[in-house]
Amino acid sequence: MELTGAEILVRCLKDEGVEYVFGYPGGAVLHVYDALYQQEDVKHILVRHEQGATHAADGYARSTGKPGVVLVTSGPGATNAITGIATAHMDSIPMVVITGQVHTWAIGSDAFQEVDSVGITRPCVKHNFLVKDVKDLAITIKKAFYLATTGRPGPVVVDVPKDVTAQRTEYSYPKEVSIRSYNPVLKGHPGQIRKAVDLMLTAKKPMLYTGGGVILSGAQNSLTEMTRMLGFPITQTLMGLGAFPATDPQSLGMLGMHGTYEANMAMHHCDVLVAIGARFDDRVVGVVKYFCPEAQIIHVDIDPSSISKSVKVHVPIVGDVDHVVKEMIRLIREDKRKPDPVAPMQQLAQWWDQINEWRSVNCLKYDRASALIKPQYVLETLYRLTEGDAYVTSDVGQHQMWAAQFYKFDKPLRWINSGGLGTMGFGLPAAMGVQLAHPDATVACVTGEASIQMCIQELSTCRQYGLPIKIINLNNRYMGMVRQWQEFFYEGRYAMSYMDALPDFVKLAESYGHVGMSIDKPADVEPALREALKLKDRLVFMDFITDQTENVYPMIAQGKGHHEMHLSPERELA
Amino acid sequence: MRHIISILLENESGALSRVAGLFSARGYNIESLTVAATEDPSLSRMTLVTRGSEDVIEQITKQLNKLVDVVKLLDLTEGPHIEREMMLIKLKATSTARDELKRLVDIFRGHIIDVTSSTYTVELTGTGEKLDAFIQAVDSDDILETVRSGVSGIARGEKSLHV
Ligand SMILES: Cc1cc2nc3c(=O)[nH]c(=O)nc-3n(C[C@H](O)[C@H](O)[C@H](O)COP(=O)(O)OP(=O)(O)OC[C@H]3O[C@@H](n4cnc5c(N)ncnc54)[C@H](O)[C@@H]3O)c2cc1C
Ligand SMILES: Cc1ncc(C[n+]2csc(CCOP(=O)(O)OP(=O)(O)O)c2C)c(N)n1
Ligand SMILES: [Mg+2]
Repeated sequence: MELTGAEILVRCLKDEGVEYVFGYPGGAVLHVYDALYQQEDVKHILVRHEQGATHAADGYARSTGKPGVVLVTSGPGATNAITGIATAHMDSIPMVVITGQVHTWAIGSDAFQEVDSVGITRPCVKHNFLVKDVKDLAITIKKAFYLATTGRPGPVVVDVPKDVTAQRTEYSYPKEVSIRSYNPVLKGHPGQIRKAVDLMLTAKKPMLYTGGGVILSGAQNSLTEMTRMLGFPITQTLMGLGAFPATDPQSLGMLGMHGTYEANMAMHHCDVLVAIGARFDDRVVGVVKYFCPEAQIIHVDIDPSSISKSVKVHVPIVGDVDHVVKEMIRLIREDKRKPDPVAPMQQLAQWWDQINEWRSVNCLKYDRASALIKPQYVLETLYRLTEGDAYVTSDVGQHQMWAAQFYKFDKPLRWINSGGLGTMGFGLPAAMGVQLAHPDATVACVTGEASIQMCIQELSTCRQYGLPIKIINLNNRYMGMVRQWQEFFYEGRYAMSYMDALPDFVKLAESYGHVGMSIDKPADVEPALREALKLKDRLVFMDFITDQTENVYPMIAQGKGHHEMHLSPERELA
Repeated sequence: MRHIISILLENESGALSRVAGLFSARGYNIESLTVAATEDPSLSRMTLVTRGSEDVIEQITKQLNKLVDVVKLLDLTEGPHIEREMMLIKLKATSTARDELKRLVDIFRGHIIDVTSSTYTVELTGTGEKLDAFIQAVDSDDILETVRSGVSGIARGEKSLHV
């Protein structure tokens, strides 16, 4: 039987196993919306702004490992989606975005609501397509999912003109697809892996530095097994948190600009660095010439262009983390130099002594006696009350760093934040995608009074679909991260970083039909959080009035090395 | 260092702009770029001349390979190769200078492919350096127009870039 392009599109999503489409209708996609209306397999979530749709799909993807799907109209629908597409692209998140387009015969004529979506999105997608013939539609959708989810994942845009959604053709969904120019390498080169294991087993001061690639690969189990087997210290990037349990004694926490003292010092002094699924971002590396000055560097990454991009490495291994780490484990097991299975850390006792000395600096210490609410305390309490088992999304700023430092993630797919693009406005819509994917889980959105206002309209979406997200607004009346830089580097000239004319967040939440709470005393933090967490089926907006002057420590200022961290004023080393 | 990168590209609309966009977005320079379909209509062959340190060239080839439309590529400068560029150049050719100009074209193994009472149009093929040398050899006041194709290249010997 012949189906219309619109029906084919919806059938493709169903056959691809898509549960939710996040979208917003408009002229160019009306046929598609009509086809969605006439079936029940693929559920559509109506957001309030297309940016929200992309972040929600992204949150869904980050918390499940499955691709997020977005449907928007041509022109402004597509341009509103760009920020979310770029956010997913920077963090390698699998996503398929379907954009409506004007009729094929009108393309290029400055038609109503026409933009060159393929052109505009080209720099921020893994790949994109314009479908000009309904016969190409099903295979293109198949290719889009294949590209988005394999190799180094990323967003793929499929631009579909309105007339293509009206044309008819026979439908069959291809079972498989191959693209001759696209063959991601999964297995690492055996010789290189052997070389790496050799270095690892002879290291005196080894260090594991792991990132988002471990989570994208689903390699948490093999990574954990190898790390424990070796007894090595391990540090994770902002994107890698949760791939190895943060509560494990071998974990040194996050590294980089706001990483822990012990992680950064261990980076600076290590003799063998094993980088796995991490891309040597400038927030991690700082100044290249001061980076790991003594180390032989091994780098495992599925994308050859991530390797030796900023920092030259000695043993590059192109491949999928899970494949490569499993092979490493096999080789280590066979090797007579392998660490003692009962006390693997023993062999590195000197190195661990040194690390424990750095640890004893207690770099995340903050003033617990303050009469003002310390943001760190709110997050510590959230961690304790949720027993470390919540899904935590975040916006961008100081609150994001504190969440990363104080919520100890033991499992992957739990920490959902925009690392590469640093997109304010991400947290709330991302939490919607997470909550839909995990309806019974506690989903907390850690945000700031500036970030939350960038996609605040999604409170309405949350109401419509009954999403019981717990919003933790760390309200310091400042764009705190900006204020911190102005304090340190601009002699306290706080240009445009004060948040004036803030809404009454409690009333705002209530006007959307949610529960609002305002908390301004440290003693009220725990009771309020307890009460909010008990409201299992309500969204609770918790407005914590926090200490305005609090800064994120440790901090590596621009141009400094890992060993030149600023600690908090009470902690500053001589 | 100057590198000549040969690329087999899906012959699809938009493929060229992905390559050009990559170079502008990442701040790599393009000295010349030529592209046309091959004997296999599904593929285009592109020759791209760029300059950069070894590290930059390594990133350029990796980033190019990452483009889904790039089927295969080869850095010709890594091995023995032949490079050719074609130039069409229109020159003032007044009665006194006509013979001398004709001799110069012969020395460079060029052809005069169009003649008027006051101009010659010359076709010249060779390496970029040879074309430069020709331009140097004629009086700059006599040059009315130059059109250069950009470099095309191919590996020497049995090595070939194909699918
Ligand atoms: C305000 C702010 C402050 C920040 N401060 C810090 C900080 O202090 N510390 C910090 O770490 N970050 C910080 N970041 C985040 C930073 O900008 C980067 O996003 C982050 O460091 C990148 O993490 P990653 O290296 O794990 O790479 P990701 O972006 O997660 O990239 C993953 C890498 O793994 C590879 N990969 C993907 N799939 C696979 C697979 N299957 N197998 C093998 N490899 C694979 C990819 O090719 C890529 O190279 C901050 C961000 C913001 C917004
Ligand atoms: C869309 C966007 N615009 C600007 C920035 C730059 N920026 C980074 S953090 C920040 C302030 C965030 O303030 P808030 O949400 O209140 O968080 P806080 O730092 O106070 O915790 C700004 C403006 C950004 N990351 N994203
Ligand atoms: Mg703030």
